[in-house]
Amino acid sequence: MTTADRRKERLDRGIKVRSDGIYALLSWRELGYLVLPRLVLIAGLLLLPLVVPSLYWQRVISNVCLYALLALSFDFLAHYVGLVSLGGALFIGTGAYIAALLNKNLGLPLILTIPMASVSGAAICTLLLLPCLPLRGVYFAIVSLMYPLAMMRIIEALNIFGGTDGIMGIDSFPNHWVEQYFVLIMVLLFLFGLRRLVNLDIGLVFRGVKDNDQAVRASGMSITYYKAVAVFIASAIGCLAGACLTHIYMFSGISLFALDFSILPIAATVIGGGGTLAGPVIGCFILVPISELLREFGTLRIAFYAIILMAFIVFKSEGLMVYGQRKYHQFERWVKI
Amino acid sequence: MEILIYGTINSIALALMALGFALVYGISRIPNFAHGAIYVVAGFITWTFLKVVGLGYFLSALIAILVTGILGALIYRFMLIRVRGMAISEIIASYAIGLAILEGLRWGGFKGMTYTLPVFIAGSVTLGGVPVDIHRLLLIGIGVAVIALLWLFTHYTRIGLALRGMAQDERAALMLGIDSDRMALLATAFGSMLAGLAAIVLLPLGNIVVEAGYNVLILAIAVCIVGGLGSWMGAVLAAFLIGFAQILTVVYLGSHYQMVVALLAIIFTLIMRPSGLFGRQKELEERV
Repeated sequence: MTTADRRKERLDRGIKVRSDGIYALLSWRELGYLVLPRLVLIAGLLLLPLVVPSLYWQRVISNVCLYALLALSFDFLAHYVGLVSLGGALFIGTGAYIAALLNKNLGLPLILTIPMASVSGAAICTLLLLPCLPLRGVYFAIVSLMYPLAMMRIIEALNIFGGTDGIMGIDSFPNHWVEQYFVLIMVLLFLFGLRRLVNLDIGLVFRGVKDNDQAVRASGMSITYYKAVAVFIASAIGCLAGACLTHIYMFSGISLFALDFSILPIAATVIGGGGTLAGPVIGCFILVPISELLREFGTLRIAFYAIILMAFIVFKSEGLMVYGQRKYHQFERWVKI
Repeated sequence: MEILIYGTINSIALALMALGFALVYGISRIPNFAHGAIYVVAGFITWTFLKVVGLGYFLSALIAILVTGILGALIYRFMLIRVRGMAISEIIASYAIGLAILEGLRWGGFKGMTYTLPVFIAGSVTLGGVPVDIHRLLLIGIGVAVIALLWLFTHYTRIGLALRGMAQDERAALMLGIDSDRMALLATAFGSMLAGLAAIVLLPLGNIVVEAGYNVLILAIAVCIVGGLGSWMGAVLAAFLIGFAQILTVVYLGSHYQMVVALLAIIFTLIMRPSGLFGRQKELEERV
């Protein structure tokens, strides 16, 4: 039979309906149905540093987490607020430079530089992006793409912050266990935190801004204010990733504004499934290790992500996580038309 | 005098870079982020036919323009047509195509100083006490000719009128029997050919490098935003604005700031006049 005669019908599983809508769980099975996927993710992430073979791959895990943070911030902005930011590198770079300067010039310890860099970096990024916030869709994407490039040129031109050489000799994490668990816990924290946030009242407003901003405006709320709040949250996550990055590599330079940091989180989001928040994290856990394996090909890596990205967005735009959720929550059967 | 001459040259160069982008966006509403990549590809194709195959300059340039046109059409036919209308996907998909092409070329070894195209006519003349290469003067001529031909094409040929109809009101154009997808395909092909032409005219002034792809994309977008996306004459006028602003910054501040000017131009335009200097009112509601 061809698709002309039949179609696929999707129905929610009974257990999903019981455990989802009614907030009284009746059996261990229902509890397990709800908790299992989350538990697998949390336990998997926490156990990961213990099971990987070498120090090199442990460093890769930290890398994955940094990208995952960026991907979370991209997904949040793009799918919950409707601001597609092609310039994740701006957040990374700002956070990294602030952390590096605080550590190097003021001699502050790591435990202070990371939170300070996250908050002040977020404030700076929000201020920088503030003029562009009234823009929508294509226009915001274009402008946000330019910011990291401009930052690179400005640092180069003014020869500030170490110019093209960057800042070296920044304190590192005490040891690699602290480093990995810090970034892993941050990823989990922000993953579940953002999931919570988008279901709060303010999250509803964010989604309203995305879907119909005129309606939000008509309700007497300032669109720009809510967009600024969202950008602040997203850039705080990005700056945190940047601050961790600079402490992990003990280096901060204009390469942190490079394209890698903008394109990989987007690719991860598209692969993992946009709008799910967990999807981008999973996408990073797939893409970054592959990219490590491809390290010897140099810049071909970027071409490779770009091709994956293109294939997914054009041919399979739902992403892995949405697909997985569908299989988990629903069953399918063919029905005759 | 120096500023006037080089400012004009720079402005025409910017206009050449931006016209292709403006054409595609104006007609199909697709921001073709692969524009810069197509520009670089045209340069390398010309180089290959000229230096490796050994065809004449004119012939290799012609082949390069045709190939980029076909490339643009293929990109539209197989990729962008599927995501048309979804702004986010359009940007990401076309940007990914551009990235794949550029980084693939870089990996393929097209980097370094060895890839240069010769100028059309060597030598220089002195204009009002300023020495100018003949190639740069030719560039002005070609740029003006392209702008004029584009204007004639869109005002006096059937296809050109159909394209403009699409740009103005897609639904009305559909009702009059204009095939929207075919026109968008043609627009992408023409836009890519314009990028190819720009590459062949501009690249002899320097080396063919992959980075040029990113720079051209940024400059093209800057010009289009300042001029008002979708407005071709606006793009030309904005090219003059940014072109002179850039030359002035190079003269008074230093060449590092050239790119910064483009970015600042975008930001200021978006704050002051979100629809661009010459954009239409309709775009204002779409954008803000």
